[in-house]
Amino acid sequence: MSDATQNGPILISGGRVIDPANGRDGMFDVLIEGGLVKGIEPSIPADSLGSGARVIPARGMVVCPGFIDIHTHLREPGFEYKETIATGAEAAVRGGFTTICAMPNTDPAIDNAAMVDYVAGRAATVPARVRVIGCVTKGRAGRELADMEELISAGVVAFSDDGDPVYDSALMRLALTYSRDLNVPISNHCQDHALCPGGVMAEGWVSSRLGLAGIPSVAEEAMVARDIALAELTGGRLHLAHLSSAGSVALVRQARERGIPVTAEVCPHHLLLTDEWALGVKGNPNLTAGAAAYDTATKVYPPLRSDADVEACLTGLADGTIDCVATDHAPHDRVSKECTYHDAAFGISVLETALGTLMETVHSGAVNLPTMVERLTTGPARVLGGVFSDYAGLAPGAPADVVVFSPDAAWTVDVNNFASMGRNTPLHGVELRGRVAATLVGGSVVFEESAMLSSGVEE
Amino acid sequence: MVSTASNEAGALPADARRDTGLRRHVLDLDDFTIEELTATLDNAAAMRGVLERDVKKVPALRGRVVVTLFYEASTRTRISFEEAGKILSADVINMTASASSIEKGESLLNTGLTLQAMGVDVIVVRHPHAGAPHFLARNLANVAVINAGDGAHAHPTQGLLDLYTARQYLGELSGRKVVIVGDVLHSRVARSAVWGFANMGASVVLCGPSTLMPDPFTSAGWGSDHGSNGLANPLANVTVQPDLDAAIEQADLVMALRLQSERQERGFFPSLREYIRRWQVNDARMARANPGALLMHPGPMNEGIEVSSGLAHGDRSLIEEQVTNGVAIRMALLYQLAGAAAVES
Repeated sequence: MSDATQNGPILISGGRVIDPANGRDGMFDVLIEGGLVKGIEPSIPADSLGSGARVIPARGMVVCPGFIDIHTHLREPGFEYKETIATGAEAAVRGGFTTICAMPNTDPAIDNAAMVDYVAGRAATVPARVRVIGCVTKGRAGRELADMEELISAGVVAFSDDGDPVYDSALMRLALTYSRDLNVPISNHCQDHALCPGGVMAEGWVSSRLGLAGIPSVAEEAMVARDIALAELTGGRLHLAHLSSAGSVALVRQARERGIPVTAEVCPHHLLLTDEWALGVKGNPNLTAGAAAYDTATKVYPPLRSDADVEACLTGLADGTIDCVATDHAPHDRVSKECTYHDAAFGISVLETALGTLMETVHSGAVNLPTMVERLTTGPARVLGGVFSDYAGLAPGAPADVVVFSPDAAWTVDVNNFASMGRNTPLHGVELRGRVAATLVGGSVVFEESAMLSSGVEE
Repeated sequence: MVSTASNEAGALPADARRDTGLRRHVLDLDDFTIEELTATLDNAAAMRGVLERDVKKVPALRGRVVVTLFYEASTRTRISFEEAGKILSADVINMTASASSIEKGESLLNTGLTLQAMGVDVIVVRHPHAGAPHFLARNLANVAVINAGDGAHAHPTQGLLDLYTARQYLGELSGRKVVIVGDVLHSRVARSAVWGFANMGASVVLCGPSTLMPDPFTSAGWGSDHGSNGLANPLANVTVQPDLDAAIEQADLVMALRLQSERQERGFFPSLREYIRRWQVNDARMARANPGALLMHPGPMNEGIEVSSGLAHGDRSLIEEQVTNGVAIRMALLYQLAGAAAVES
């Protein structure tokens, strides 16, 4: 996370600062020095900084804390042909994410301290901060709990068997009870397998038409309901990963009203795309599907669902029922997607399209901009707690993890320009509005789109 | 072998050249207009004429290579395509998954690319996964793909031969009532037949256990604003009626679907005995249909389960006629995709 070329102060000038942690939303200049935020003032003259200072012109841009992703698949170790910690971190900072949390469904799985140390070592020189999520159960096998306290001592920030649920209800109860004293959330991937045998996409008219086995919403909702009941029973910290259905959002809303401790996340794709995208028409109802149908890039768990589900997820994110956005970035190699829909792997490469996808929902009026920034910064920090609050705000003295983005810049997604090795996104070729111009981690510029930032070093 | 002037082995009848518009692949019937469906059936009628000649051979596809690429067992469909191709003088190569590099782990994509590199003109593919023909069509720039059945998705040549057979006996299909009974959920035959009959203006009633009925298929979503080619929603005339005794009233055509025994094992219905009680097509039930109503079945048939034995072999059964017509339909499609007209354009 070092950048030898930038030792002097950096002034981010003329942007709209949105800093939910500190209740700030307005036009401010941000001064960064020594890796920390030094000052935020309505105006900080560049000529007061002396030589070697750099000014990042941010007129028309949003300046906010770097995004935190609590659900990222970095694939290392075991699947380095899909992604590495280095390429995933590069993709993250291009997408405005300064902290990412690696899911433990690697090979071997991250279920002991040595594995956490390995990932941390591999992450030491990458541009983003990488935190580690540990397995709930040994080997993600769903039989016995992993050594949770040892994992926490090694640095894990949450537990999850993601990719699979903690299926055994009694074991989930034990995990929530045991983790209560450790004060670290259990993030569960909710999927009742018995309700979706062989399922590859959302159950609905599109699956019927395409002759593909469906995954009904109830496969998710049944386990969300179970987990909420277990959270009520145990008082454990339950976090629900990647909610996708209107019914799940309603269950979480009811749980909140009853005071049950539960947090939840939603992925960018579940806020914009529907199951109709499997027809290969990029959401355009005027085209016939033809040979473009069965676009394997749309295959993801949970599946892309109906307009009503998208609406409910947006409403839940806007009203705070859903605490945060998480990418569930799931990069895959070409072979895993260049096959029939049935054979294709589940997952979308998300880090580099997340902001553009989310800004589409801001432009449509479904979620306002300050709220969206909150759901990418203090929202995820609140879910994980602990050290994360230090990285979720721009108060003087805080680590300077900052993203500068244009809320309006239109660009066309081209997977050939991805830093991620995962080229698997149904958004390839789609125009989005909202693009990262610069990302700073610990006061160093780790990514910048120079065409969007016109001037450079002040002499 | 004697040939007469009108029975010359050397040319297709002029009426087999009806323009069907340009189509590179046959993946499903959902993108066929009524004009293209009608033209294809007319071409098949001319091909039936060829089938009835003493010398069943015309040179229409001489120099063309057709590969049947079957990842699932099949008797009638594969042989039907092979016969169709050979009558049209194409070189037909049969490839089955169990006796090829597929067994060594070669991917569908690489198999397709290999066949393309060998200069194959048409790949006829059957695959257990829905969308496998679309995948090949998307990735092969120089090969025409015909779907010979993909998972639970579509079986367009079966749908076309069903339409042809129905038209042969019923004439105009618009306004006719067609009942499709059985395991609609897992049936590619039903899905293609629905598109075909609905596009031709027939009303279609889907019948079977509710556990084997893909309810949302006919519901909103695939509404008029989503209609293929901007046409009105052809599925507006499709309804669901689980009770066969009610569904069959006034029917002109009853199509029974094949029932796989594993469906019972997985609990989709309690027993074969109960299935037969409620959904077997038999003489008593056919008596509720219109006089002269006809029976079809795509085969292979579980005789005495989906259809009573007497009915299957009786006067109302078109089951064998369907098989003959299947060859004619496949000749028409091969000609439309790989014949002179297709190549010149």
